[in-house]
Amino acid sequence: MSQRDAYVGQAVERLEDLRLLTGRGQYVDDLTREGLLYAAILRSSVAHGRIRSIDTSAARALRGVHAVITAVDIGERVPTIPLRMESRPELARFEQPVIAHGKVRYVGEPMALVVAESAAIAEDAVGAMAVDIESLPAVMTREASIAGEVLLFEEHGTNHAITLTGVKGDADAAIRDADYVRRERFRVQRHTAVPMETRGLLAEWDARLGRLKISGLMKVPFAVRALLARLMNLPEESIEAVENDVGSGFGMRGEFYPEDFLIPFAARKLARPVKWIEDRREHLLAITHAREAECELEIACRRDGVILALRGRVWSDMGAYIRPNGVTAPRNLAQMIPGPYRIPHLHMEVAMVLSNKTPSGSYRGPGRFEADFFRERMLDLAAQDLGIDRVELRRRNLLTAADMPYPFAKALPYGSGGETDSGDYRVTFERCLKEIGWTEKEKLQGKLVDGRYHGLGIGCYIEGGAMGPRENARLVLEPDGSIAAYVGSSGVGQGLETVFAQITADALQIPIERIRGVFHGSSSAVKLGFGTGGSRSTVMGGCALLDAAANLKQAIRVAAAAQFGCLPEEVDISDGLATVSAGGKLRNVAELAPGGLSVEGTFANTRRTYSYGTHAAHIAIDPRTGHLEVLDYVAVEDVGRIINPHALHGQVLGAIVQGLGASILEHLVYDDEGQLLTGSLASYLVPAAEDFPNIKAIALELYPSPTNPLGAKGAGEGGIIPVGGVIANAVASALSSLGVQPNELPLSPPRIWQLIEAARGIL
Amino acid sequence: MKASFTVNGKRYEVDVEPRMTLADCLRHSLGLTGTHVGCEHGVCGACTVMVDGSAVRSCLMLAVQADGAAVQTVEGLAHGDTLAPLQTAFRKHHALQCGFCTPGMLMTAHALLSVEPNADAPRIREVLSGNLCRCTGYLGIVDAVLEARDAYRKSGAGVGG
Amino acid sequence: MKLPVFDYAAPDTLAEAVALLAAHAGEARPLAGGQSLIPILAFRLAAPSLLVDLRKLPGLDTISISGTGVSLGAKVRWCDIEADSKLRAAHPLLAAAVAQIGHYQIRNRGTVGGSLAHADLAAELPGIAVTCDAEIIAVSAAGSRILKAGDFFLGPLMTALGADELIVELRLPPWRVERRWGFEEFARQRGGFAMAGVALFYDEHNGLARNTHIGVIGASSRLQRITIAEAVVNGRVVDEQTIVAAAQAAAAAVDPVDDVDASAAYRRALVATLVERALRRAAA
Repeated sequence: MSQRDAYVGQAVERLEDLRLLTGRGQYVDDLTREGLLYAAILRSSVAHGRIRSIDTSAARALRGVHAVITAVDIGERVPTIPLRMESRPELARFEQPVIAHGKVRYVGEPMALVVAESAAIAEDAVGAMAVDIESLPAVMTREASIAGEVLLFEEHGTNHAITLTGVKGDADAAIRDADYVRRERFRVQRHTAVPMETRGLLAEWDARLGRLKISGLMKVPFAVRALLARLMNLPEESIEAVENDVGSGFGMRGEFYPEDFLIPFAARKLARPVKWIEDRREHLLAITHAREAECELEIACRRDGVILALRGRVWSDMGAYIRPNGVTAPRNLAQMIPGPYRIPHLHMEVAMVLSNKTPSGSYRGPGRFEADFFRERMLDLAAQDLGIDRVELRRRNLLTAADMPYPFAKALPYGSGGETDSGDYRVTFERCLKEIGWTEKEKLQGKLVDGRYHGLGIGCYIEGGAMGPRENARLVLEPDGSIAAYVGSSGVGQGLETVFAQITADALQIPIERIRGVFHGSSSAVKLGFGTGGSRSTVMGGCALLDAAANLKQAIRVAAAAQFGCLPEEVDISDGLATVSAGGKLRNVAELAPGGLSVEGTFANTRRTYSYGTHAAHIAIDPRTGHLEVLDYVAVEDVGRIINPHALHGQVLGAIVQGLGASILEHLVYDDEGQLLTGSLASYLVPAAEDFPNIKAIALELYPSPTNPLGAKGAGEGGIIPVGGVIANAVASALSSLGVQPNELPLSPPRIWQLIEAARGIL
Repeated sequence: MKASFTVNGKRYEVDVEPRMTLADCLRHSLGLTGTHVGCEHGVCGACTVMVDGSAVRSCLMLAVQADGAAVQTVEGLAHGDTLAPLQTAFRKHHALQCGFCTPGMLMTAHALLSVEPNADAPRIREVLSGNLCRCTGYLGIVDAVLEARDAYRKSGAGVGG
Repeated sequence: MKLPVFDYAAPDTLAEAVALLAAHAGEARPLAGGQSLIPILAFRLAAPSLLVDLRKLPGLDTISISGTGVSLGAKVRWCDIEADSKLRAAHPLLAAAVAQIGHYQIRNRGTVGGSLAHADLAAELPGIAVTCDAEIIAVSAAGSRILKAGDFFLGPLMTALGADELIVELRLPPWRVERRWGFEEFARQRGGFAMAGVALFYDEHNGLARNTHIGVIGASSRLQRITIAEAVVNGRVVDEQTIVAAAQAAAAAVDPVDDVDASAAYRRALVATLVERALRRAAA
C-alpha cells in the first residue's frame, strides 16, 4: 500500500468519540423540525386472521390527531416489499405488503398509522382504534407449516417458499460407502439482535420542489432510497437520504421495513415533517427476527476421522413473509456448513417455511452461527463415537495453506460457488489451544469440583467478508488544504470514520488531522453507495478510498502540470501532500485549485474474504440449578490485516458476548396462538456487565487477503459465529458422565437441568 | 403542570403534562438529547441521569417529580472542551462503539465513583449491570471505569460522602 | 410506550393523600419511587386517572430499630436499607434479601411500600415480610389498620389493600441473637426476576431448632410460610438428613406453574436446592 503506515495498524483514538461521549451524537430521535408531527403504528394483536374492519373514528376525533392512514388510503394496490438480494418468483410471492390488508399474518404487523401532535397523542389514538379480525388458526410449528392445512397465503397453496440446496461432490455415494455415519437432530432458537437504539425515521416533504428528505434509513440507505423512490413514484434524485449516528445494527437495519414506506408516505400526504420512533415493545415484535432453524444432519467419516461428507435437511422458520434479506441466512446454511473444514461432499437442503411469527432475516453471521452449531456439535459426537480426541479430529480436517483456495459448495438454485481466499486454519486452532491452556484444563473435563461439573469446548469458523459488488468514494481537497472524504459505506457504530481516516491519511501520506471529516452513507456523499453489511466496509470502502487517493494524487499532478507547463509524470508531490514541484518550480498543493479539487474512487469485488479462527471455552455447571458459568473464553482469529486494533478487538468482544447471550440467555418465545411471550427486556434477556467477564480475544495478521489492495478481511461477525457450538460442546464435555447431549439452544438453566434429569432417567 | 429544576447547574422552568417522563422532558422540552431512551420500561439504563446526587432511570421518573431537584446529565460532565476523566478513559479504552448506551454508562459510573472511588472490577460490573450494551461486550467499559478511579480519588471523592 | 393521560397531585400531608385516594374511588394510584408503577403505565396495563405522589409526605422514610423490632417507613428506599449499618446486625435476613434487589439505579428510587403494594410474588421484600410474620400498617381516610403479611398477598400483583388505603409502615418482629438464618435466590441475571428464592430462619436451643420460619418466592401463586417444611425442622438437629427432608417437603408444598421461563418441575427442584443451601448456610 503506502511507504509508511503511520495510522493503519495503530489503535488510533476514534474521531466519532468526542461527540458521542459528550452527548452530542445525532441519532434520529435527536433531530427536530419546525412543525414536526409524530407517528405511531397500530399493529395486529392477532397472529393470523382476516381483517373485517378497522374503526378509526375515535382515533380521528382525538385532539391533536392529524391523520389516520390504513390500507385504503395507500392507493389502488398496496405495494409489497421486494427482496433486496436473490429474488425468485417462489420467494417474491411471499413478500410483505407495506401495510396489512385483507389478512394479518403476525402479531405486530402494521395495520394503520396515526400522525399527531405528539408521540403520546399518537399512541393514545392507536389505543382508541377498534379492530375486528376474524381469527384463523396460527401456524406456529414446522410440522403445521409443512402440513399446509392452514395456509398463510391461500392463493399459493403452500407455506413452503423454496428449498435451497448446498451441493458439492456426491454426498449420497460418500455416505453409502463410509466407514462411519452418524445422524443427529439439532435446533437453534429464534432470537434477534436487540440494538440499543430502536428504529426511527424522520421524513420531510417539500411540496414545492417535490423532494423528500429522510433520516433513519440506515445500513443500506442507497438501496432503500432506490426502492422507496419506486414505491412512491418519485425519481431517485428527488429523495435525499441523510445518515446520522446510528445505535448499532448487527444486520437488522436496512431491511426496508413497512415503516420505511409508511412514514414518508404520511409526510408527503400531510406536507409536514413526520417522525416515528419505534418503542422497545414494538421493536421486539417488529424488527426482523433470526436464526430459528431445525436440522437433521448426517456426517460420514473414515475410521481415522477424516470427514467425507455432510448431508442434511434444515427447516428455516421465515416467519410470515420473506423479507428483503430473508435469503441470506438459509443460503449460508445450505452452502457454508462445512466452515473451515475439508469436506469434499455436501448435500444440504434448507427449506424456507412460513409461520405466523415476525418475519426473519439476517443477524450477524446469518446462517453461519446456526451452521457452526450444527456442525461443531456433530464433530464432537463423531469424535466420541470413533474414539478419537475431538481436538485431533479437527486438526485432521482443518484446511491449511496448501488447500487454498478451497472451493465451496454451490447454493442451488442460485448456483453461486465461491472459494476461500487465504489462510491456514490450523494455525489459529493451535494458538487457541495454547492460549486457553487446553492440555492443563483437560484434566478437569467432566469432573465435579465444589459441586460443579467442568467442561471444555472448542469450535472453528470462517467469516465471509468484503461483500461486493462495489463501493464508491470521493475525496475533496479543500481550498484550505484539508481533505474531506466521502464514502458510500454506512456507519452503524463500528468506527468507520476513524478507520477510513486512517486509510486515507496513509494513502495520501498526510497527518490524520488534515482530514476534515469522513462523511458516509448519506445520498449526498457519493452518487451510489452500497452500504454496510457482510463485513464489507473496511475492505470495500477502504479500497474505494485507496482508489480515490490515487486519483487525487494524479489530479494534483495534472493540475500542477498545467500550471508548470510540464507533463504530469514530471510532477513531484512532497511528503505530506504539502507542495508540488517540477523543473525547479514549487507551489503549495492547497493553491492548485482555489475552488477545491474533487475526485472519485471505486472498488469492485466479487471475491469474498475469509477471516477465520478458533474459539475455546472452559465452563462450570451447577447441576442443581442448571447455571452455566463461563470461566474462561478465548478467541483467536486471523483477519489478514488489522486497520485499527481497538476497533477490531471491540467488535470481536461484543460479538462473542452476543454469541454467549444467544447460547444461554436469549429466546423469542411464542405461545400456541402466536403471541410473543418475551415481549420486553425484562423477559428477553441480553447479556449484562456481570455475565461474561472472562473473555480474551487475540487477532493475528498471518495471511493477508489476496482479493484486495489492503489485504484486509472483513471481521465484524466472526466473533459470534462459533459461540453456540463451543458452548454446547463444553456443556456436553462437562456432563459427559451423565451422557448429556445438548443439541438445542439456548442452554438456559432450566434446559440444562432438564437434560440432566432426562439423562438420569428421572423425567 | 409547572416544574422547576436545575440541569447541570442551570435552572429551567417547564410546563409539561404530568405524564411526560424526565427523560422526554430533558430531550424534547430542553433539547438536551445526550440522555437516550432505549426501552422506556426501566431495564436498559440508557436514560440514566443523576437526580440530587443519585443515579436514576429518567424514563421511570415523571418530569414533575423532579421539581426542586438538581439534575445532572452527560452534557454536564465535560468542562467546555475539556473532557471529564471518565470520558477520556472511555475513549482511551475503546469503551464505546455506537455510543447509544454511553451517556447512561458514564452517568452511572460517575455516580458510583463519586462515592466509591475505590470500587473494584466486580463492584463496577455489579453497578453497571443495570446498563445494557450490545456493541462492546463491556470489557472496555470496565477498564475505562477502573482507570478513571484515580481522578476521583485525587479529587477527594467518597470522603465525607 | 408513552404513558397514558393522568392527573397528578403531590399532597403535603398524609391526610390529604388518603383523601385524594378516597375521592377517586379506585381510579387513583399512589406513586412512590415509580420503579414498578411507571413500567406498568408504559405498557398501558393500567390507566389510573390520578397519581398521588407521596414525595412530599413527611415522616414515612424512617428506619427504627428497637426492642419491639424493626420498623421501615413506606418510603424507605433500598439504598437507605443498604446504607444503614445497624440494620445489618439488627435484621441480617432483611439486609441479605434487600442486597439482591434490582439494579443500582432502581435501588435509589424503589421503596418498601411500593414493593409491598406491587406484590410481585418473585420479589424479595414480600417474601421477607411473609417469612418473618411482619405487619403492614395501612392508613385511609377512615383510620389505620394492621394487616398481617401472611394475609396480605392474595395472588400475583394482588393484595388485601383497599384502593383508598396507603401503606405507611412495615414492622418486622425483633430478631433473636441465637437465630440462624439463610437467604438463597436464583435469578438468570442480577436484578432480574428470581426464578425462586428462599428466606428462612430458626432459633437454636440446646442444639435443636425451633420456631422455624421458611418462605419461598417466585414459585407459588400465594406467598405463605411453608409450614409443612418448618415442621420437619422444628425439634431436630439441623443435620444433612433434616436439611434434605425439609427441602423435599418444601418442594412438594409449593405450586409452581409452567411458564415461559421454566417448567413447574424445574421450579420445584430449584426450591428444594435453595432450601437445602439456605439451611446449610444457616447451620454452618
